[in-house]
Amino acid sequence: MAEITMREAISQALWEEMERDERVFVMGEEVGLWGGTYAVTRGFYDHFGAERVRDTPIAEGVIVGAANGAAMAGLRPVAELMTINFAFLAMDQIVNGSAKLRAMFGGQFTIPIVIRTVGGGGRQLGATHSQTPDAVFAHFPGLTVIAPGTPYDAKGLLKAAIRSEDPVMFIENATMYQTKGEVPEGDYVEPIGVSKVQRKGSDVTIVTYSKGLQLSLQAADQLAADGVEVQIIDLRCLRPLDLGPAIESLKRTNRAVIVEEGWRSYGVGAEVASRLYEQAFDYLDAPVKRVAQVEVPLPYNRELEQMALPQVGDIVRAVQEVL
Amino acid sequence: MFTLAWGIAMAEADVALKALDEKEMLRLYHEMILIRRLEEEAAHLYQQGKIGGFLHLYIGQEAVASGLLSVRRPEDRVFTAYRDHGVAIASGIEAKFVMAELMGKATGASKGKGGSMHLADVDLNFWGGYAIVGSHMPLAAGMAMADKYRGDPGVTICMFGDGATNIGYFHESLNLSMVWDLPVLWVCENNQYGMGTSVERASAVEEMRQKAEGYEMPNSRVNGMNVLEVRRAAEETLSYIRENGTPYFLEVVTYRFQGHSMGDPERYRESDEVDQWREDDPIGMFRTHLVDTGVFSAEELSKEEELVDREIEQAVEFAESSPNPPPEALFEDIHAEE
Ligand SMILES: Cc1ncc(C[n+]2csc(CCOP(=O)(O)OP(=O)(O)O)c2C)c(N)n1
Ligand SMILES: [Mg+2]
Repeated sequence: MAEITMREAISQALWEEMERDERVFVMGEEVGLWGGTYAVTRGFYDHFGAERVRDTPIAEGVIVGAANGAAMAGLRPVAELMTINFAFLAMDQIVNGSAKLRAMFGGQFTIPIVIRTVGGGGRQLGATHSQTPDAVFAHFPGLTVIAPGTPYDAKGLLKAAIRSEDPVMFIENATMYQTKGEVPEGDYVEPIGVSKVQRKGSDVTIVTYSKGLQLSLQAADQLAADGVEVQIIDLRCLRPLDLGPAIESLKRTNRAVIVEEGWRSYGVGAEVASRLYEQAFDYLDAPVKRVAQVEVPLPYNRELEQMALPQVGDIVRAVQEVL
Repeated sequence: MFTLAWGIAMAEADVALKALDEKEMLRLYHEMILIRRLEEEAAHLYQQGKIGGFLHLYIGQEAVASGLLSVRRPEDRVFTAYRDHGVAIASGIEAKFVMAELMGKATGASKGKGGSMHLADVDLNFWGGYAIVGSHMPLAAGMAMADKYRGDPGVTICMFGDGATNIGYFHESLNLSMVWDLPVLWVCENNQYGMGTSVERASAVEEMRQKAEGYEMPNSRVNGMNVLEVRRAAEETLSYIRENGTPYFLEVVTYRFQGHSMGDPERYRESDEVDQWREDDPIGMFRTHLVDTGVFSAEELSKEEELVDREIEQAVEFAESSPNPPPEALFEDIHAEE
């Protein structure tokens, strides 16, 4: 299998789906002539043309809204929001549109939209441009929320998202486009709503996703050097949320740490922890620990920003504390 | 409705020029050079890794901020977007506090927490640069409302890009300012592009001021490469707002000579186009004009440039030797009540 970057994996998925199905098109700010602000759609404009690679004005509300409409009319839009921070300007169309319209009209139509966007901090972009508000979107029934942690999953899950009849929010992380991993040539689809074991171990269970996965894998290497073996469960999808493999793992480890980049309160860890307490209380030998972002608007200054973001060392410490 | 003429030539602007005293002209020249040098130095420091995040340079657009804000009164509030270094300087923030913010230092305008896109000094009535496109426009409307509510004088000057005119906030804010008769000067810096998207690819109308027409807002369009023309337009429009207490829309046509931000591959425009605009360099044109009309000699202006060079050197020195914010700053200034 070839090692490729997250950027290449996502780009391949998009390209192959556009080749496969003429109903698929991309729209968003700078997706065409510029080639995508993160270069994911580089070359698309020349190959697929302006009809299928549509540059939009700076107008997030109408990007998602028009994509909703096109989806309801039978197309398969991949609407790109340049960053997840700008999704807040499209919140009504996502929350009151994508997530609800099918149910509200008694299932008379489908909304096969994919909203591709990217979050994450650590690039000194200041408070409004550095957020990881994934949990906010996972709050809404009717929306599927995917956040891959490896190139393999990014490709397989983006293809699944595009083929899904339901609205999907596909959240990437801006610091992970260069992350490499093995990806098979050609077509494959990963199942939506199924979490995955990304590393085997029997001492502590780490439940995580996206950037948290990459940090946890590094922490696992450090811990292994000290003889501690962690099992890492990658959620891959925040809604629907699959905790089956996490609970299976917990039966052997009896200890859990949850790692996410976003803020702790009302976050992914809060949901996962409470489900573990509800469904696996008897297997727990220690309280569940959460590693998350310090609850402040992220500052520009590099040292302060890094202090606020979860680090590999924080994960190592949390694992040692539950042991 | 009154409309200013588009494209007054330098010679015609002479009338305004004569009325300006020499001191003010030298100050304008000094300020524009200061902005230019600050940006050049910032680009340099960015390449050295001393500035992080996004860095959007104002090079080419200096005459807009300098001309516009040269006639504002202390009670006039100023808002702009993330391309804010020039506006910060023209609002009166010292170069050293801008530079320190760019380097994330505790002595920076926003204590190192905002960075390049988020400079502010509310004591100077400069309410900041905003990185979410269009998001400051409702704030400007609200500030003007507050001034009017209390019977305070002052106009809120709100600057934004051509790209921002396509977002809902723009339309909601313009409309509200008319419905509520708010003293706002809406200033669109039309530099022809929003990132890589040209105006014609993003906007249904060619001139941004046409969008104000839809709200029956008085409007005009001026040449933003000519500092004296911008200054005169600002004078006229601000006094219109002061007299009537209602909004005005000023489109200033300009051009950014550099990429959207650092590392922009600029695949969306031809270098010929950039060169063409560079011939209208706002600083070069003003310099030539000052010399040709005998207001200042080339030597006098060169001396001024040397003063600016020293100012920039000192700003960098100040920023480099300033401390980072202490760790506890992470938790400070979030809530007003702890
Ligand atoms: C709501 C929102 N959408 C997208 C962006 C990304 N973005 C940053 S600057 C920019 C272009 C803005 O163009 P314009 O208003 O013309 O200002 P200029 O950069 O030309 O000064 C875009 C799309 C953003 N910051 N905010
Ligand atoms: Mg612009």
